[in-house]
Amino acid sequence: MAHSITWKIGGEAGFGIMASGTMLAKAFARHGYFVFTLNEYPSLIRGGHNAVTVRIATEPFDSLDRSLHVLVALNKESVEVHKKELTEGTVLLYDPNDYPWKREELPSGVMLIPLPFREIVQKHAGDVIMRNTVALGASIAIMGAPFEYLADVIRDQFVRKGEAVVNHNIDIARAGYDAAGESVVSLSALKLDPVDQPTDYLLMNGSEAVGLGAVRAGLKFAAIYPMTPINALITFLADHAKSLGVVYKQPEDEIAGINMAIGASIAGVRSMVATSGGGFALMVEGLSLAGMIEVPLVIDMGMRVGPATGMPTWTEQGELGFLIHAGHGEFARIILTPADATQAYDLTIKAFNLAEQFHVPVFVLTDKYLNESQWCVEASLLKGEVHIDRGKVIPEARGPSETGFKRYDLSSPDGVSARSFPGMKGGQYMANSYEHDETGLVSEDAAMRKAMVDRRLRKIDAIKKVIMPPAVYGNAASETAIVTWGSTLGPVLEAVKDSARIIHFPWLYPFPSEQTKTLLSGAGRIIDVEQNATGQLASLIREHTGIEVTEKVLKYDGRPFLPEEIVERIKI
Amino acid sequence: MTLTADSFKTGYLPTWCPGCGDFGIWMALKNALVELGIGPDDALLVYGIGCHGNMYSWMRTYAVEGLHGRTLPVAQGAKLANHTVPVIAIAGDGDCLGEGGNHFIHAAKRNPDITVLIHDNQVYGLTTGQASPTAKDKLKTKSTPEGVVDTPVNPLTLAIVSGATFVARAFAGDLPGLTKLIVAAVKHKGFSVLDILQPCVTFDHVHTYQWYRPRLYQLDPATYQPSDRMKAIEKALEWGDKIPVGVLYQEEAPTSEDREPALSAGALASRPLGVTDVDALLSEFR
Repeated sequence: MAHSITWKIGGEAGFGIMASGTMLAKAFARHGYFVFTLNEYPSLIRGGHNAVTVRIATEPFDSLDRSLHVLVALNKESVEVHKKELTEGTVLLYDPNDYPWKREELPSGVMLIPLPFREIVQKHAGDVIMRNTVALGASIAIMGAPFEYLADVIRDQFVRKGEAVVNHNIDIARAGYDAAGESVVSLSALKLDPVDQPTDYLLMNGSEAVGLGAVRAGLKFAAIYPMTPINALITFLADHAKSLGVVYKQPEDEIAGINMAIGASIAGVRSMVATSGGGFALMVEGLSLAGMIEVPLVIDMGMRVGPATGMPTWTEQGELGFLIHAGHGEFARIILTPADATQAYDLTIKAFNLAEQFHVPVFVLTDKYLNESQWCVEASLLKGEVHIDRGKVIPEARGPSETGFKRYDLSSPDGVSARSFPGMKGGQYMANSYEHDETGLVSEDAAMRKAMVDRRLRKIDAIKKVIMPPAVYGNAASETAIVTWGSTLGPVLEAVKDSARIIHFPWLYPFPSEQTKTLLSGAGRIIDVEQNATGQLASLIREHTGIEVTEKVLKYDGRPFLPEEIVERIKI
Repeated sequence: MTLTADSFKTGYLPTWCPGCGDFGIWMALKNALVELGIGPDDALLVYGIGCHGNMYSWMRTYAVEGLHGRTLPVAQGAKLANHTVPVIAIAGDGDCLGEGGNHFIHAAKRNPDITVLIHDNQVYGLTTGQASPTAKDKLKTKSTPEGVVDTPVNPLTLAIVSGATFVARAFAGDLPGLTKLIVAAVKHKGFSVLDILQPCVTFDHVHTYQWYRPRLYQLDPATYQPSDRMKAIEKALEWGDKIPVGVLYQEEAPTSEDREPALSAGALASRPLGVTDVDALLSEFR
């Protein structure tokens, strides 16, 4: 019996690969298994190799590892691409009509289960695209789960297409289940243990977690130009716009997107944009505007491999430095860096509150790995009351203004002065990209300029008072400290949870300098683990604490860390 | 307090060159707002960067003086967030048709209930006299010493073919006529484009008040029907000895806000925050 199984399906893009992973993961998550899915695909829609990896376990885990227990190959290429991941005991499910694999062509100990996917589909009058359904049925059988686990998910997946489609898919899955069942009676090593006390799990990708957090925090307006890896956020917001009373607008470009969101924020609603590095490059001027006129704004920045178009569908943590320094002029900003879907949900809610408390742009800095992987989230964590703090806003009932309202009041001790919204009587002011006085009128007076800069930057001190300190995981007493941020936490935990002091930054800017110094004190070795080529977190730590992190474990091939490589490279 | 043109005073005096066409546009705008009953707290004006944009300094209303070229995206975001507040964009020709050309096309196709006043003077005044996208007649400027060689952008035809539902041309030297057109543009439900011919007395010595006056003629509502798109395009292309002024094109069409189901329950800005049925929302993740 097994407590953790890693399953992978590979095939051509357009063959339902992604959907297969989701369905298998849901089939188990519904019964209290902890699951995770990772998709890997090139930047195209048809053809090309797609793969989804699903890990299913009886207990929570933090990331995938090198294990591969089942490989479902929907074409010959899938075996060729993943051959080196196969080890003793891996089951290879394949269609012998694609290619009649022989034992000697594969690593030793691989168990071959030929299943004529095509023939089975044809026998049930199905389309060739339904081969993945056969494979899912067979996979469920191999893992020793009841067929109903899968049938339930298929039913929900196709219910909108009618009873006939549901039954057709269930029949085809059943055929796969039965066909595999005949040949795998002896495969007890791959049968998953039962879960004793099932947790109520949800399955969602990082973008959906950001979307959920946003709408629960009262998002009303989003203008997002499509870009990998944040497209699932667009789908989520557009799908729910009507029922939740949200406007999602597709702008003509990212420049329009950020300026629309700024306009909506000025008009009094919670607004956001989302993009990746290239799109954010276009937004940079708008970011500076937000800094100058002090509009609350949430930016979901999903990193992918750069520079330029880079490798659009692969992951990287290369934009930290870019975000810290983006925008001409000096102004306050906040950068939050969630590790997983649960944190993405929590920190998105936090981002909206921070933006309105301090009237600054707040980044939720995510990446492809976080945005497009599907994570197991405990339902109870997403159901609680959401605290909404709209910051300082003038009361509605005022008489008409005869002079401008001091929207940029210099006397505010924390640098944050009350907002008014167009249409509010007595609130007239100007949101002015030029340097301005307290009502927003242009001013190039030396004293006014200095006073305004000082006031705007006072907000940084105020923000520092509510900073989220780095979180410590693993063995806090260990002399080996690992510093990491964002979604790299998972593989690090999976690698060295018991043997190192793991310091994870969910908030990177303004940098928690004092907290970091304290947490790093007494560490004999400090190792920086991050997904970029230059060690941007290490640079930030040096800049703000004077501590030089000399050991760096960096990865920048577009693939997320696997715990084994961290272990090999750290050598504790 | 009675609303008058003085209600918009800020205490700042204009810094435009004496004789600038911007004066006429500013005064007509104030008159139009008074006529429409829109006071300083009641509307949002979104300005671009350029000589035109400096108007905000002596025009007290809720305003955004944003970034060069980005007037229309800011205006659209504000409109969708609170469609009960009138939104007027004050844009330049370089601002709206050069730096912000893409936004202009897309704003037109969405048809938001926004009025845009294009200060069309064929030059970049604030940067001391380079050619703008609308520069015509081989205009010699600091950036085109041999005269403009590119085909000028025609804001009117561009607006009409892009989907704007109110397209008019006005003259900064005709205060009553311009006031009337601004009132009509703001009243029109949809994207209203008002291309305002505006002499730059400092950097354009060709297109002066004297050059314009004998050439401009008023479209006669008795003989010209602004509902015909093809005729409107034809009119919009007239330039030279005869230049038409007035409403060239107008149609009734659903606005960007009409097409947003979320706005049917009222302005987004006045709606409660958050999600009422969390369980229903989470069900798709099971």
